[in-house]
Amino acid sequence: MNYLLGAFKPACNISITFSDGKNRKQVPMKKENGQTALVPLFQSQETLSGKVCIEPYQGKKVEHNGLKVELLGQIEMYFDRGNFYDFTSLVRELDVPGDIYERKTYPFEFPTVEMPYETYNGVNVRLRYVLKVTVTRGYAGSIFEYQEFMVRNYAPPPPINNSIKMEVGIEDCLHIEFEYNKSKYHLKDVILGKIYFLLVRIKMKNMDLEIRRRESTGAGANTHVETETLAKFELMDGTPVRGESIPVRLFLAPYDLTPTHRNINNKFSVKYYLNLVLVDEEDRRYFKQQEITLYRLKEDTSS
Amino acid sequence: MIADGAGEDEEKWLAAGAAAFKQNAFYMQRAIDSNNLKDALKYSAQMLSELRTSKLSPHKYYDLYMRAFDELRKLEIFFMEETRRGCSVIELYELVQHAGNILPRLYLLCTAGSVYIKTKEAPAKEILKDLVEMCRGIQHPLRGLFLRSYLAQISRDKLPDIGSEYEGDADTVTDAVEFVLLNFTEMNKLWVRMQHQGPARDKEKREKERSELRDLVGKNLHVLSQLEGVDLDMYRDTVLPRVLEQIVNCRDEIAQYYLMDCIIQVFPDEYHLQTLDVLLGACPQLQPSVDIMTVLSRLMERLSSYAALNTEVLPYFLQVEAFSKLNNAIGKVIEAQEDMPILSAVTLYSSLLKFTLHVHPDRLDYADQVLGSCIKQLSGKGKIHDTRATKELVTLLSAPLEKYNDVVIALKLTNYPLVLDYLDSENKRVMATVIIRSIMKNKTIIATAEKVEALLELIKGLINDLDEPQGLEVDEDDFEEEQNSVARLIHMLYSDDPEEMVKIISVLKNHFLTGGPKRLKFTIPPLVVSALKLIRRLPEEGDNPFGKEASVSATKIFQFLNQIIEALPSAPSPDLAFRLYLQCAEAANKCDEEPIAYEFFTQAYILYEEEISDSKAQVTALQLIIGTLQRMHVFGVENRDTLTHKAMGYSAKLLKKPDQCRAVYTCSHLFWLEDHETIQDGERVLRCLKRALKIANSAQQMTSAARGSTGSVTLFIEILNKYLYFYEKGIPQVTVESVESMIQLIKNEESLTSDPSAESFFASTLRFMEFQKQKGGVVGDRYEQIKV
Repeated sequence: MNYLLGAFKPACNISITFSDGKNRKQVPMKKENGQTALVPLFQSQETLSGKVCIEPYQGKKVEHNGLKVELLGQIEMYFDRGNFYDFTSLVRELDVPGDIYERKTYPFEFPTVEMPYETYNGVNVRLRYVLKVTVTRGYAGSIFEYQEFMVRNYAPPPPINNSIKMEVGIEDCLHIEFEYNKSKYHLKDVILGKIYFLLVRIKMKNMDLEIRRRESTGAGANTHVETETLAKFELMDGTPVRGESIPVRLFLAPYDLTPTHRNINNKFSVKYYLNLVLVDEEDRRYFKQQEITLYRLKEDTSS
Repeated sequence: MIADGAGEDEEKWLAAGAAAFKQNAFYMQRAIDSNNLKDALKYSAQMLSELRTSKLSPHKYYDLYMRAFDELRKLEIFFMEETRRGCSVIELYELVQHAGNILPRLYLLCTAGSVYIKTKEAPAKEILKDLVEMCRGIQHPLRGLFLRSYLAQISRDKLPDIGSEYEGDADTVTDAVEFVLLNFTEMNKLWVRMQHQGPARDKEKREKERSELRDLVGKNLHVLSQLEGVDLDMYRDTVLPRVLEQIVNCRDEIAQYYLMDCIIQVFPDEYHLQTLDVLLGACPQLQPSVDIMTVLSRLMERLSSYAALNTEVLPYFLQVEAFSKLNNAIGKVIEAQEDMPILSAVTLYSSLLKFTLHVHPDRLDYADQVLGSCIKQLSGKGKIHDTRATKELVTLLSAPLEKYNDVVIALKLTNYPLVLDYLDSENKRVMATVIIRSIMKNKTIIATAEKVEALLELIKGLINDLDEPQGLEVDEDDFEEEQNSVARLIHMLYSDDPEEMVKIISVLKNHFLTGGPKRLKFTIPPLVVSALKLIRRLPEEGDNPFGKEASVSATKIFQFLNQIIEALPSAPSPDLAFRLYLQCAEAANKCDEEPIAYEFFTQAYILYEEEISDSKAQVTALQLIIGTLQRMHVFGVENRDTLTHKAMGYSAKLLKKPDQCRAVYTCSHLFWLEDHETIQDGERVLRCLKRALKIANSAQQMTSAARGSTGSVTLFIEILNKYLYFYEKGIPQVTVESVESMIQLIKNEESLTSDPSAESFFASTLRFMEFQKQKGGVVGDRYEQIKV
């Protein structure tokens, strides 16, 4: 029995630990099965170091043709699930071919790794970082172990951050002027603004501000665009009169946002839009969409 | 039907809303109990979502709002606890803003803001400013009004007012005021906007709904008035101009009317006084349909009662020229509102008059000015026929009387009669009655002819009916009542100076004589009495060392009296004239004016002969003549004889025997006047008595002949009494024997016993005799001699 079970079990237990694993910040990440797990968080230019521990099962030896650890940055398109495109691949050889009889620990280090893209989980695409340990074996098939980790890259506040100001309208029907205080917001930012009503000839039910994410995948003719409304925030209730100005204050924190990604390795892009929607009493919608740039600001260590 | 259906639906909606509300409130409470902030926020937002409904009328919506209000109190307490447990209030303030729907979000924001202020982690003014700004998101009138009213409610005790624990470093009361003003302005805008939403046919319903909501708006003004920091300067420089600006600019009649009234009622009178021109300046700018009269009247009422209660502030009224400002304002308002109904104008002036009377009781010219302006308004409009307007005009005219309790003051108001002229005759009478009543109540004596003249001018509605349209019949009782009051009035017109009094009387005469026969009946007697009173007061002619009699002499007055009374017979009241002549005769008697007395008597006799034909009236008249004549000592023998003779003649000519008998025995008195030796003719007294006896006999015989029974003995007993009287007086001709025989005569009458009243009369006569006997003295001695 024991012997039989052992035959299907991998020959050894591989574990990957980061050297600063105790102190490193862990963030939740959604796994493919829908559950969330806590994974360590890194950013570009950081050094990933740690240990790989190979522990053969009782009374077994692991025969291998080599032992390596890889750091992979991968993009997976969902229309092509399972096929990963590696945009980053770093390898460390841990051991020359040989046998492992007992628990053996290999330190590894990837110094100042360039990880330009953030981990991203979209509708049609995902971008992930993973540490992959491979025990290369000839006959029985290699043994792999993965350790995912999250990458977030922080950007400094942009030097130029103009407000968005625009006058729009339908002739003799509705004229508004809206203003958002910035065009670039960090993820915990708050959008402040005002909507001025210059002319109101329609009866309005309400006015909403939506945050929309436009995820565009593929290139050329195969470009696939998916737009999601991530936030729907009511700004106004009822019909204003001419001269009325309605304040806008939208906290971004509660929404699941990512930074704007203009072009990720020519594979995909993620953009964000503010959509101002006016709904009249007959449920007709009038809207105006404006792109905003989201970026991740280095959070205070305290918060 | 449709309305009913809508009502039912509304009930249903309210029930559904309330049910959902309750459920979420329950979950919220559970989250609170388990200290779960996230869930508490979630369920409270869901709960508040019920307030997003558009289906309820303000009344029903209020129901829902009150539930929300209660629940939010719990939530606020929970928030407070959370902050004590270490939850950052700033975070909390942000957290509540994550709610997607604006209405729940803002309710939560206000609630969190309230906690925020309480923790004092940020200046109250900042938070309040933020809240009032954010609330702009609700543009729906009903929901916006309630939300802002919630904001007003929770912020009330947290305003950075002077002395408040939330007071900031410098000048924060300005922020408090600014906050309330802003909220007020926004609320008013929403409130006004309601008017313009929905179909025109629902206008009435909408106006009703709006008036249900008005207190939500007005409350802000109340809050302002409660702020410690709003002192006079603040009020004058900031609050009032801003509020007025909003009121004027909203161009909504309901709002303007209500809010103007609100200002007047809510802020202290002292402030109004100091800002009168600002407040009044806004009035002409209001919509023409606004009932500005009521507003101004209330203002003046308030100021008047303020002045009445605090006399020490009166100088301020003068200082700010309250009166002229009000007067100007009213003029402007009337100018601005062209088709203002008379009623409103009159009401305004009435209030103004009351105001000036209270505030400047010493400035009659002000009151007169008001009346003048009023005339200007009324001129060209003819008599007023609107009953309410006339009523108001009567109030206006009564005001000075009530205030001064002295009609003399009113008489000084030159415009007073002119205003009075605008009343129709009926109301003129009413007004006249009011005036008279005032005089009577205050016992005002009007002492100069000039004033009397003016007064009569005022009450001329009662005195004559020159412009009375024919056919308009006055109720008999009312007429009598009115004329009686005029009669009473005459006694109040009195001067100590005889000369002036003569003038007064002649003025009265001139007026009364125009009044027509119906009135003379009432007015002449008091006038005569008044004149007679004057005569009595006149110094004895001999006593007057200055020889003033040229101007005022009894003779003159008597002549005058004669003229007055002459007017009476033309009225159907000869009886009255007759009595008055006798009165005058008696007065003349006192003054030793024989010819005049004789003349009066003559007149009385003529009246008796020509006008008094009713036998009963004749009896009475005759008694009067005899009674009066008896006392007249002024006449010489000849004149007296003539008159006496005439009276005797009348007596004998009476129709009924008993009447004749009585008249004759009464005449006996004419010949015996105590203290006057010249008029003591015992012979004729006896002759009279004997004649009376004779008549009594024949009367008895006549009755027995006609009825078959013996007549009454009453007459005999009466004659006996006369005998006794004269016997007692000691007239020699009336002897013991004659008295005794008289008694015997009566005793012999067989009918005596059959008539109980006669019997008791006789018995009491006898008792009297016995009594006199017991008294002793001279009289007793005389009675002693009578043997019964």
